[in-house]
Amino acid sequence: MEQSWRQAKTAFAAIAVPPLVWLLLFFLVPLAVIWAYSFGENVGPVTIDLTGTFANYMRALEPLYLQIFWKSIIIAGLTTLLCLIIGFPVALAIAFASPRMKAWLLLLIMLPFWTNLLIRTFALIAVLRENGYINFTLEWLWNNASGLMTLLGLQPLGEFEPLTLLYNNFAVVVGLVYVHLPFMVLPLYSALDRMDRSLMEASLDLGAGHMRTILLVVVPLAAPGIASGVLITFIPALGAYLTPDLLGGTDSQMIANVIERQFKRANDWPFGAALSFLLMYLTFIAIAVQALVQRRGERRGT
Amino acid sequence: MTDAAPATPSNAPAPKAQPHVKDNAIIRFENITKRFGKVVAVDNVNLEIREGEFFALLGPSGCGKTTLLRMLAGFETPSEGRVLIDGKDVAPLPPNKRPVNMVFQSYAVFPHMKVADNVGYGLKMDGVDGGETKRRVEEALDLVKLGGFGDRMPDQLSGGQRQRVALARALVKRPRVLLLDEPLSALDAKLRDQMRSELTSLQEKVGITFIMVTHDQDEALAIATRCAVMNRGLLTQVATPSDLYEFPNSRFVADFVGSVNMFEGVLDKDEQDHAIVRAPELAAPVYLDHGVTGAKGSTVWVALRPEKIEMHKRAEGQAAMKMEDAPEGANVVPGIIRDIVYLGSETIFEVELDGGRRVKTFRSNLTRYDQEDFTWDEPVWLAWHACSPAVLLS
Amino acid sequence: MNTAARARERKEKPGPLEYMRQWPLRVTVIATLVFLYLPLITLMVFSFNDSRRNIVWQGFTFKYYEKAFNNASLMEAFGNSLTIAFVCTILSVILGALTAVMLWRFRFPGKTVVEGGMALPIVVPEICMGVAMLVFFARVMPWPQGMPWPFNLGAIIIAHTSFAFPFVATVVRARLASFNRELEEAAKDLGASEWRTFWDVLVPHMQPGLIAGALLAFTLSLDDFVITFFTAGPDTITFPVKVYSMLRFSVTPEVNAASTVLIVLTVALTAIGLHLQNRNEQKAKA
Repeated sequence: MEQSWRQAKTAFAAIAVPPLVWLLLFFLVPLAVIWAYSFGENVGPVTIDLTGTFANYMRALEPLYLQIFWKSIIIAGLTTLLCLIIGFPVALAIAFASPRMKAWLLLLIMLPFWTNLLIRTFALIAVLRENGYINFTLEWLWNNASGLMTLLGLQPLGEFEPLTLLYNNFAVVVGLVYVHLPFMVLPLYSALDRMDRSLMEASLDLGAGHMRTILLVVVPLAAPGIASGVLITFIPALGAYLTPDLLGGTDSQMIANVIERQFKRANDWPFGAALSFLLMYLTFIAIAVQALVQRRGERRGT
Repeated sequence: MTDAAPATPSNAPAPKAQPHVKDNAIIRFENITKRFGKVVAVDNVNLEIREGEFFALLGPSGCGKTTLLRMLAGFETPSEGRVLIDGKDVAPLPPNKRPVNMVFQSYAVFPHMKVADNVGYGLKMDGVDGGETKRRVEEALDLVKLGGFGDRMPDQLSGGQRQRVALARALVKRPRVLLLDEPLSALDAKLRDQMRSELTSLQEKVGITFIMVTHDQDEALAIATRCAVMNRGLLTQVATPSDLYEFPNSRFVADFVGSVNMFEGVLDKDEQDHAIVRAPELAAPVYLDHGVTGAKGSTVWVALRPEKIEMHKRAEGQAAMKMEDAPEGANVVPGIIRDIVYLGSETIFEVELDGGRRVKTFRSNLTRYDQEDFTWDEPVWLAWHACSPAVLLS
Repeated sequence: MNTAARARERKEKPGPLEYMRQWPLRVTVIATLVFLYLPLITLMVFSFNDSRRNIVWQGFTFKYYEKAFNNASLMEAFGNSLTIAFVCTILSVILGALTAVMLWRFRFPGKTVVEGGMALPIVVPEICMGVAMLVFFARVMPWPQGMPWPFNLGAIIIAHTSFAFPFVATVVRARLASFNRELEEAAKDLGASEWRTFWDVLVPHMQPGLIAGALLAFTLSLDDFVITFFTAGPDTITFPVKVYSMLRFSVTPEVNAASTVLIVLTVALTAIGLHLQNRNEQKAKA
């Protein structure tokens, strides 16, 4: 099917050279520079000596930073789990909706994904902040309940204490789920939509209820789809910068925020570079795990 | 249902003795209608299936036969009417609570489970204990001749073997009724013939009522004890295979089951013991040795099966031959052979009648030289017995 | 469907696999959609609210739109974003299409390495790519200062193209997978040259993929904050970066108004893209 490049050398060169050169020059070279810097030392305000030291990596493994890595993994993992819990039933419902409904629902799930990330985060701030819509609604309910109590001749409720929903870890997780939910729903949907329905019918026919059918038949068969959904939710969540920056408090800094600080404020590029590469290695590990799950799923002949 | 022929024993006992068929109706469809949006998939169907039958739902694709089967299994809900299993309305029962099991067209063998786990799945759902499950799974695998295959994964099996797994998986639950959705359609021709006879003997061995959906009339005729023919959601005829073939009740059934030459005509005479139909395309009147329940002068259709038409040599200007069971000039028409298809066991001739209508007839090649008897453009007589044509009112 | 039939269908018991018609899942779907849309819709609604505190509805006004449109730096950022997205889309579609054809068409040594390399910009965390671009344009290839508009946006355009074109390549390659090579052979058999075959047969087949890829590249570029944040200079502010700095100071309804404009713009673009794709599919069916 495929043609050997030798059979059409000119055509191959014309097609292959522009993207390869672009990738090399404007992607791989910048990464290589960062990688080199991660073994360097700051010797002046703008000069970095590539001394081949491992000091930056050693520093990154200090408890302070290790803890931030760990926290980023926990937050990204929690985000992924929540997305999976919400996304699975949604994907299931869409996959089995009527064709018309299906097209609309898919569009509705995808549309926020096309909307600017910053705007979405900003919209969420308006909902969560101290005088935001949630607290506003709660206050209204509280005051009404209080009024009702007075009417009934009971002690009125005290002053409404607004909930602190913003600038903490809770807000970061909500924000990450809000942003990444479409990433989870779409691969889950395509896995469930592809699945042979008669397998589910067979399970029901043989006496299994819906829960057992989902656990014993749907989940194992959709495992590759679930794995890819988990991966494409987990990776961007792990490296998230904007969400913890805007929604998080002082204690909810994730690894990307620390990296940013090294480059923009602390001006410690070698250390920032080392952190960047550690984050990238973590990402690659996640991809490798997913590939393993995928391969096992394929071997099962699905 | 309007029966044209006098003796349409669609409710008479089948010719073969079937000791395991009982009198009670195990399945009853009462006024079942199913709509998908605007489309009426099943239109007011009433049908009874008796315990122990091997019943076939036969019809072209989209006729509603699969929908009917899926309503039994619980995968579709009727828009109107009731489905009864053992006299009980099953409407409130979800698929997993119904005493029926299904063999799916795609077999739907779980690809991530071993054969034994597939077969044991239903028993596990019913809470049958481990030892009992193991014993019954082995028994079921032996029944479908897959003994020793328990540890294999489905992707190590051939299509035919996978179907046997699906069969074993459904039968191991000892359902009241086994449903088969186009069971042979995915198999190649050789395997299909083998599975036909195996399905029949399996059904006799386990004594469970089988209901099969098929679009293949040969399959239905070969396997089923009784068939229901469906067309566009309507139940057209319910009869034994031989009655379906020899005594079809409508043009649709005559045409769908087997091959047929159909002539439109007018009922000219209708007595107790004989009837005459005149068809414009046939040079001679059609004489029947039995009466037809139809008004004189009404439009009827004469269905003549190709194998029931005799072919004789004809010389130019020769007087018409006479059939011994019909009056002079009836049931014999002249024609010229226009096409010959040699199939080995038999030869199909296409004969052009005087008016230009082409008629198909078969001749068995009884000796090795039979096929040389007739040739292209040869003038022939076509003749048939008075009891051969079926007269159809619709 | 007439109303009677619809009413009947609603009354009919759902089939066992019609999950969308069973209430627990229906509630989940509706709740999810509310979760996804309520913040965005309130944001848009309150851009018309005549109040600075923008929490209680005070009355309808366009004044924040006026303010936003009169805010020169905001408008400049907006213009920059659109320009960058436009140029980045053109570059990404060309590079992405070339990549897709290269990987689909040819067998060459090191192909798996190239495939992996092309996937890298998709999987590498944005922050890592952002800092790499920062270092690259600061130390390796400094973008000349004081270039006239739009050439001052070059660094951002390059950075955006680097992460957008592999996405385009993926979309186009998926489309190419459904290409029937016999069509190409048929064109050649009928006398078309290699080049004509490419333009007459392959490119029309790729077209829906190219449109989808262009749409993706455009939104990716318009949407990007992190990488731009690290590449942008003081005189090359994009819309997200501008909004970010506005958010840092104070939240004003002006941001709501500007955001609403951008949301409407992206929704309109998506609609046009989907419409084009549908029309193409229908044409292919006919």
